[in-house]
Amino acid sequence: MSERVRDPAPRLRINPILCDGVGYCAEIAPELISLDDWGYPIVPRGVIIDAAVLRHAAKAVAICPRSALALSTEPERT
Amino acid sequence: MSAVLLQDPPTLDALLPATDGAAARLLAGTPFAAGAEQFDEHRERLGRRPRGGEWMFDVLERSGLRGRGGAWFSTSRKWRGAARAAAGHGAVVVVNASEGEPLSAKDKTLVEHRPHLVIDGALLAAETVGADEVVIYLSRPSRAATRALYQALRARRRAGLRDIPVRLMHTAHRYVAGESSAVVRRANGGPAKPGFAPPHPLESGIGGRPTLVQNAETIAHAALIARYGDSWFRERGTDEAPGTALVTLCGNVRYPGVYEIDLGATLEAVLAGAGGTLSPPAGLLVGGYFGSWLAADNLAGIRLTPGAVTCGCGVIGVLGADACGLTEAASIAAYLANESAGQCGPCVYGLRAIAETMTRLAASDADQGDLVRLQRWTAMVAGRGACHHPDGAINNAVSALDAFPHDLLRHVTGQPCAGRHRPSLPPPPKQPWRASWR
Repeated sequence: MSERVRDPAPRLRINPILCDGVGYCAEIAPELISLDDWGYPIVPRGVIIDAAVLRHAAKAVAICPRSALALSTEPERT
Repeated sequence: MSAVLLQDPPTLDALLPATDGAAARLLAGTPFAAGAEQFDEHRERLGRRPRGGEWMFDVLERSGLRGRGGAWFSTSRKWRGAARAAAGHGAVVVVNASEGEPLSAKDKTLVEHRPHLVIDGALLAAETVGADEVVIYLSRPSRAATRALYQALRARRRAGLRDIPVRLMHTAHRYVAGESSAVVRRANGGPAKPGFAPPHPLESGIGGRPTLVQNAETIAHAALIARYGDSWFRERGTDEAPGTALVTLCGNVRYPGVYEIDLGATLEAVLAGAGGTLSPPAGLLVGGYFGSWLAADNLAGIRLTPGAVTCGCGVIGVLGADACGLTEAASIAAYLANESAGQCGPCVYGLRAIAETMTRLAASDADQGDLVRLQRWTAMVAGRGACHHPDGAINNAVSALDAFPHDLLRHVTGQPCAGRHRPSLPPPPKQPWRASWR
């Protein structure tokens, strides 16, 4: 897992089926994640390059009580 | 009339003529009134089926066949992917005839009337990708298709054919039940709801085996391409979109039903093939509930190819002269919001909010603020589900708002709308309060 986080171009990936809109992620990484009108997180599609932002993203991933958030280096699905 | 179209595929003789008077391919053979084509008729008409194998990949690639379930994905690439994943252990081929789109009847019609062609294609696909099982996936209400398939399989057993075993699997009739990951979940004993990728069904599907889920019409095309070759297939259609396609015409046309058309045919020619429209249409819905609305003044010269217009699953719904596109779109939005699998928050709450606003708009009970919210929500929700259900529903709503600006103005300013109580498309099916997912 730490291997993947250290990879040069990780991106945040949300599993919308697991997500229950708890919202911790948006509190921990507001520069990355915002909430929609119903309290579900909107996750940016691009890759994260900034190291400080990446640290916050990793924290948001760790705190999600539904394990719906992940840092992934896999190419985005169309 | 509409109920007939939805429950049983129409069995008019008007079904047969392909546009331009050109010969039908998938629907060639015995007239429709005769019911399912029998095994001896099928053999006499088309000869023996060639055995599938590696050679099919190249033929399919040259033919340019693409998936006819609505996604238009390259069939040769899909088959190659399944064969690659299957190396070593047996894959599964699923023929998807579940057809969750309420306006579409093409797959049911094809399976009901040409069961042997579909079975031929499925066996070819199984031999080509290295599968040891074929599953034909149907929605439970399509009884005639089920009966035709059981009869066809019995006839093949009696003829002494020893092919890969074929079994039938039924699902509740839900809009998203035919999505490939939903097919896999249903087959594995779960609900027919989409899953979150990865893994893709091509890599790990039914029972963890590589699973090729292919639309019934695509499979039937493959059965003909295997017999006649790729250059024969390309004799019809255009260079980018070769071959013929089945389309379902409904609404304001003289003979609603399933037709076989050349890809790239103009909308006018296709409508003329169905006896023309009964009155000058106010607009069209191309591609079914996930498709796009076109205004009437925008129709000239439009060709049905996946590049120009997303024909999706091949549904063309024609509005009457005095129909209101917004009202139709609102009832579709409400239906699709209800058909959400209920798994992803943006789809559950977003589609519901969009549908409620569309319904108020249709009732001339909305104001400018509602339009702003519609814009905000459609942009907000798109692309955020595990499957493309919210995207398709939003595409329909947004295209209706774009295509009918005059209706929109009338509805927002609270003027009466004559078309509100004159729906011209078959209404969306009734949804039970708690419908099954199996």
